[in-house]
Amino acid sequence: MVHDPFKQASSARTLSAPPSANDYMKDIVFRAFAYFCASAIILLVVYIVFEIGSEALPAIKTHGLGFITGTTWDANKGEFGVLPEIWGTLYSALIALVIGGVFGVGIAIFLTQSFVHAKLELVFRTTIELLAAIPSVVYGLWGIYVLIPLLRPGALWLHETFDWVPLFSTELSGPGLAPAALVLAIMILPTVAAISVDAFKRIPYRVKEAAYGMGATKWEVILKVMLPTASSGILAGLVLGFGRALGETMALAMLIGNVNNISFSLFSPANTLASLLASTFPEAGDIEVQALMYAALVLLVITFIVNVAGLAIQQYTMRKFEGKK
Amino acid sequence: MSEIIQSSAPVIQYPSLEKNSLDIREFKNIFLTIMVWGIAIMASIPLFSVISMLIIEGGARIDFAALTEIPPAGFEMGGGFGNAIIGTLVMVGIASLISIPFGIMAALHLAILDPNSKVATVSRFLAKVLTGFPSILAGIFVYGVIVITTGTYSAWAGGVALAVLMLPTVTLAAEEAMKQVPQRMKDAAFGMGCTRTQVIMKVVLPTGLPGILTGVILAVAGAAGESAPLLFTALFSNYYMAELAEPTASLSILIYNFSGMPFDNQIELAWSASLVLVVLVLLFNILARLVGRSKFKE
Repeated sequence: MVHDPFKQASSARTLSAPPSANDYMKDIVFRAFAYFCASAIILLVVYIVFEIGSEALPAIKTHGLGFITGTTWDANKGEFGVLPEIWGTLYSALIALVIGGVFGVGIAIFLTQSFVHAKLELVFRTTIELLAAIPSVVYGLWGIYVLIPLLRPGALWLHETFDWVPLFSTELSGPGLAPAALVLAIMILPTVAAISVDAFKRIPYRVKEAAYGMGATKWEVILKVMLPTASSGILAGLVLGFGRALGETMALAMLIGNVNNISFSLFSPANTLASLLASTFPEAGDIEVQALMYAALVLLVITFIVNVAGLAIQQYTMRKFEGKK
Repeated sequence: MSEIIQSSAPVIQYPSLEKNSLDIREFKNIFLTIMVWGIAIMASIPLFSVISMLIIEGGARIDFAALTEIPPAGFEMGGGFGNAIIGTLVMVGIASLISIPFGIMAALHLAILDPNSKVATVSRFLAKVLTGFPSILAGIFVYGVIVITTGTYSAWAGGVALAVLMLPTVTLAAEEAMKQVPQRMKDAAFGMGCTRTQVIMKVVLPTGLPGILTGVILAVAGAAGESAPLLFTALFSNYYMAELAEPTASLSILIYNFSGMPFDNQIELAWSASLVLVVLVLLFNILARLVGRSKFKE
């Protein structure tokens, strides 16, 4: 018999068989499940907000807005106020942002503007990425036993020499804002660096070529052309890094000292919303738990606003560059 | 750069186009280059400091007893954190079982089935917001939903809290990986009359698998290191777990508890537990990199 490839192909069972009724059923169920999972994320966020909100409701009714401006946290007297925590959260995150921001953007420039050989670049990139992989508690432990002893002599000198500067007005007697903010800076550095690297890579190569063509030096190109062009992407990285810093818990709970205190001093102990939750919640009674839920709600609102702002800037940047292609 | 400038300088009466090393611009260049090198090197110091401390301090106490025994109380000597290793693995396992299927299914909807619908847009945005969420809020949420309802701290609650954190990471990473699948491959499958499910099962998932796996492994590594969400969902326990519905130890909480104790024995154990935790997390990270890299080699 003559070999007939067409006949052979038509009799073979291949994918080209039309989907059976069973396949269509599976398709419908599968897609419905995928749809459900995608909506589950929305439901989850709504549920989180609703759950924390409703747990906090009794405390909101009792304390009202005075909760946000109050400065004492005393479970025995039933007095709850989170102004020192809000201050500590914002202040520590801001210091971390300044340090982490300078380093993050610096590293982004270092990694994208051909300063090093591609292989060495990979080493540095991996190092920065692994910084993000180290768990928060490990940074806390490292902070207690390495960073604080390391900072103390310098902090003591700064305090003795410049004690009229509000930043150095107290002694570093152990845990405090400076080690906490430094660890925080290390933790947000990878976020800032990764998003800034992205922003730099998005700039078309011809922008850089044009600047070089006009005789600009390497750093003139970076500072006057690349940095302004990438600025909105870098801003997104900074805002999202700030959001990370606001919500970071464990390292701060271990390093900041957990003292309700509003001070400009870098060396005084302070407290943040997240570390208040971590350190107080396990032993709290019912009334205090409600107050803590209120504090959690405040933290939720602050981080939500910061994160949405960061994402909005990021999306604006992406659209800007995609439009220009 | 200097060659380019030199080669384009044929006419003599123009100002010198050669690089002048005494020029202020050149000084600025050198200064900033040194600065940026300094920044890059300084930023690498913490990682090496952390890792060397872990090896020196943690490595000194790591032995069979530390890996298997239960935590010591107060002035007791010896002991270990075997129960915490088991607890961490179990809770990360629970979290993975919940978040990975959900995350991948959600990603399928976001990337393939209906990428531009309202549900997809909102859900993608909220997933991004959720990745920036303070992890302690996941703990508080699960405390309210599960711990209060069931009346006990449990491994379940800890696992669910970790799942809440993993879900957006898995979803976004899987979506990104699925988007990398070339459109023409999907078109070819659709052209053969496949249903959308068949396209997903036979084309999208196998092709996107390395990318999806990378995202999943990184999410697992992140969850293993988390401690804030476990603080008031799983709590801690000094014993090996007998069932899932009881307070459960985890490495990260053990480190947190022991770091503040005035006993040298506990602090040493905190360092060795950190070493175990970091090795676990870094192994996952390396694995993720290897899996992700094979994608480009094909």
